[in-house]
Amino acid sequence: MPYPETKIKELQVKAKELRRLIVRMIARAGSGHPGGSLSATDLIAALYFQVLRHKPAEPGWGERDRFHMSKGHCCPLWYAALALSGYFPVEKLMTLRELGSMLQGHPDRRTPGVDVASGSLGQGLSVALGMSLAAKIDKKDYRVYCLMGDGEIQEGNIWEAAMASSHNKCDNLCAILDYNGFQIDGKVKDIMNLEPLADKWKAFGWHLIDIDGHDMKKILDAYEQARKIKGKPTIIIAHTIKGKGVTFMENVVDFHGRAPTKEEAEKALKELE
Amino acid sequence: MVSTGETNMAEQLYQRDVYGKTLAELGKLNQDIVVLDADLSGSTRTSIFAQEFPRRFFNFGVAEQNMMATAAGLASCGKTVFVSTFAMFATGRAWDQVRNTVAYNNFNIKIVATHAGLTVGPDGASHQALEDIALMRIIPNMNIIVPCDGPQTKEAVLAAAATPGPFYIRLGRPKTKTIENKGEFILGKAQVLLEGKEVVIIACGMMVEAALVAAGNLLGQGIKAAVINMHTIRPLDKEAILSYAPGCRGMVICEEHTIIGGLASGVEEILTEKCPVKVARIGIRNRFGQSGEPEQLLKEYKLTSQDIERAAKSAVS
Repeated sequence: MPYPETKIKELQVKAKELRRLIVRMIARAGSGHPGGSLSATDLIAALYFQVLRHKPAEPGWGERDRFHMSKGHCCPLWYAALALSGYFPVEKLMTLRELGSMLQGHPDRRTPGVDVASGSLGQGLSVALGMSLAAKIDKKDYRVYCLMGDGEIQEGNIWEAAMASSHNKCDNLCAILDYNGFQIDGKVKDIMNLEPLADKWKAFGWHLIDIDGHDMKKILDAYEQARKIKGKPTIIIAHTIKGKGVTFMENVVDFHGRAPTKEEAEKALKELE
Repeated sequence: MVSTGETNMAEQLYQRDVYGKTLAELGKLNQDIVVLDADLSGSTRTSIFAQEFPRRFFNFGVAEQNMMATAAGLASCGKTVFVSTFAMFATGRAWDQVRNTVAYNNFNIKIVATHAGLTVGPDGASHQALEDIALMRIIPNMNIIVPCDGPQTKEAVLAAAATPGPFYIRLGRPKTKTIENKGEFILGKAQVLLEGKEVVIIACGMMVEAALVAAGNLLGQGIKAAVINMHTIRPLDKEAILSYAPGCRGMVICEEHTIIGGLASGVEEILTEKCPVKVARIGIRNRFGQSGEPEQLLKEYKLTSQDIERAAKSAVS
């Protein structure tokens, strides 16, 4: 395997740092979406601190790999990853959701490193498809990564994009599904069941990789495998735990869209030391 | 100034033919032009571009929402993206994508929609976009052009390609008579086709020709009507409106669109704030369209030159 234990450890440390920042940012802002930010943290840590080809000092670098967060409500995670990568100072994170802040409640292009806004669910896979097609037109070798939520893929637009991505043989496109099993109103399987989900994506012509979305080694292997797949796009279905890393938030639907109180945040940060 | 009346000899063009040819010309000049369609490339004429530049054309099938959001991804990588389908689907089906992913990002995306308005004809109400200008006009950053004929379609497409930001260009299905001597096309600047003090007729799209016919008839009856081609709905030419409003006895605003939210609303918003004058609106009133030939429909929905003439006369009476 190409990744030594030290690299895995290093990324796990980064992920913990991201989780601490997520809790602090959202608690300070008083609103936001901790559950889905914490569930996707390991996936994004691997991406930003190992996999992505990017230059944080030059966000518009033409050869950069693209990342788009289709589930825009989990932007505290994105912002934390961008700040820790060096796109902007970490202190800025504490302006999340403030009037005039470059860190809006949902992703916005005023944030260095954010190429396309998101927030209205179900559109991001199309955005990523557009980035992928641009690479084909320009004969560039950058890759495109798109993080989606599980509730989000109930949107029809996602499946239009799924169809079009395989039709256009977008093998430079890698979708990541944060399958934490919860949406605002409850369990995904109760609100609007997605299963059999792997079969759906396969039927739409995608290469599918199914992993534990908190196993850093498996995450890195999945990105590596996706890179090698030719002629079709890849989706990594990552089984995750909503609120991962903070025991009293784990699998608690209330923390989909509620900020921790000051006391809850302190308790959470203790766990994340 | 243009002449009125003698329009029988005028050139007639499909706006969408002009659009397709213009796109193909643009495609030669600018390698960053990318064109998207949703299974209507034959009708919208993006097929002309598709044949010449297959690597820069994508047909997304019957999936307008995906097409619109994909345009944003392409635009984020430096492409100037032309997106075409029928007006109904571009503005209705994909409105959220246009609002949140095209306009909010202020991307270089040019939505060129054909088959707008009643003159779609026999296909009927489901395909007759009567609300599209309104749907686009309320979105920040969006520029809107409604060209009045074939040559103006080319001017509009070139202006949109040369101007950063999102555009909505509204084209019709049938041929339009070419209106001669309109003067230079400048984005956001109205074209005064006829001077007149008593009544001011403001029109866009295919209603401009009807307005000219009406003005000709009015002149025969001793009423001098100005005719203004308001090809750009956003940004609206406030200056032109406010220079013609004082002193006139009434304005007639004509559009092949609902009277709510389109050209008439835009003009009235300026007038009520700065210079209230009496306004008559020629447009669709709280109705859906229906099947019929374009001429029959225009008559049924009171969008003919006679309707404009009548409204103008009542404005000055």
